[in-house]
Amino acid sequence: MSKPAEFYQRDREWHPPASSQDYKTSVARSPQNALISLEQTVSEITGPRFGHGDVTEMDRDLIHNYAKPGESAIGERIIVHGRVLDENARPVPNTLVEIWQANAGGRYRHKKDAYLAPIDPNFGGCGRTITDENGYYYFRTVKPGAYPWRNWVNNWRPAHIHVSVFGTAFAQRLITQLYFEGDPLIAKCPIVNTIPDQAARGQLIAALDMNASVPLDSIAYKFDIVLRGRRSTLFENRMEGN
Amino acid sequence: MVQKLDYLKETPSQTAGPYVHIGLAPGAAGFDIYERELGWDIAGPNAKGERIRIEGLVIDGTGSPVKDVMLEAWQANADGIYPHPEQAGETEEGFKGWGRVITNFDTGEWGFDTIKPGQAMGRNGQLMAPHISLWIVARGINVGLNTRLYFDDEAEANATDPVLNVIELENRRATLIAKREMRDDVPVYRFDITLQGDNETVFFDI
Repeated sequence: MSKPAEFYQRDREWHPPASSQDYKTSVARSPQNALISLEQTVSEITGPRFGHGDVTEMDRDLIHNYAKPGESAIGERIIVHGRVLDENARPVPNTLVEIWQANAGGRYRHKKDAYLAPIDPNFGGCGRTITDENGYYYFRTVKPGAYPWRNWVNNWRPAHIHVSVFGTAFAQRLITQLYFEGDPLIAKCPIVNTIPDQAARGQLIAALDMNASVPLDSIAYKFDIVLRGRRSTLFENRMEGN
Repeated sequence: MVQKLDYLKETPSQTAGPYVHIGLAPGAAGFDIYERELGWDIAGPNAKGERIRIEGLVIDGTGSPVKDVMLEAWQANADGIYPHPEQAGETEEGFKGWGRVITNFDTGEWGFDTIKPGQAMGRNGQLMAPHISLWIVARGINVGLNTRLYFDDEAEANATDPVLNVIELENRRATLIAKREMRDDVPVYRFDITLQGDNETVFFDI
């Protein structure tokens, strides 16, 4: 077999460290031994594939995907859109993007969330889609509310949407959070601040995108997602990479 | 000054948080929204090989089970082939090789049914011992943790596995070996994952 085409090594200084004192839950859930660096094998450079048969059109419309017929979720109507790219700036087509979020009042539809803001009967809080051939995706949803959480006694999460992306390989698997331009809570958030580099934190802030807004309907935010890029090497007689 | 490289930076990771189930397993969060949830049948009905069950706990640095964790599994079929276009060879119709694993919220116990994978070809033509790749996310885990599950009834293959052999401290290799027992004629492998402290599981930077 020819040499497998690996993904570029993950920049661990760009990602948060496993343990950050100010995000208290991470303290007991972080390994203390160094990670063992692995030269990638077929187990890491392959990964699950999904298709349009796995999702429906309605899955990307959070305003309606849990609403009663003729009704819709309460809140500021937004479009979240962008591209999934790799570090070589190439689009990642046909990949699964999943999101989840609190409702406009900052309450999750989860049996473990007991925050006093009410559940919206017409809002589930999750969506999913497959990127098109250019790596493009979009969702319709409502802007989530900020909410308090138990860390310090008065911590508030900035409005955020959780984002999960696959790419083509298990080595590219990523979960992150999207924040919204202009939110003063971002700078105060111990979870955001687990990321040491300011430019890296900025990569999680979606830009207000008036050009993609739908007048008299929805305001838009643009959020590009970058997955690990791949070296150009021969793999089983096929050219891969950039 | 030098020329600028035009690579992009990978989007930094953030914790999956306590409500990861809403997005990735809404049924477990207590509501029914999608026609079909993803990741509930790893092997499918047509897969060859031995039907097995894997069970375990994820344990934090205080010795407590992590009750809100989610795992994803990725594995080859019984012939050691992954269902991926870059793999030479076919897998059975319906074999996904991938699954999502949710805990019991009260106890933290998790488990999944699959088939025992075969030996996949590793680097430089070296066979790897049968294994399942695992990815672990939860509240308090800032970047998803990668590890591998190996099988204690594969001692010979494990001894020459090129990945187990890069773990310099040999006593730590045991943290990746699941223990087999029979229950109602089904092989059940126990695999507890310790995030921190004594007997901390080996995690990989892949």
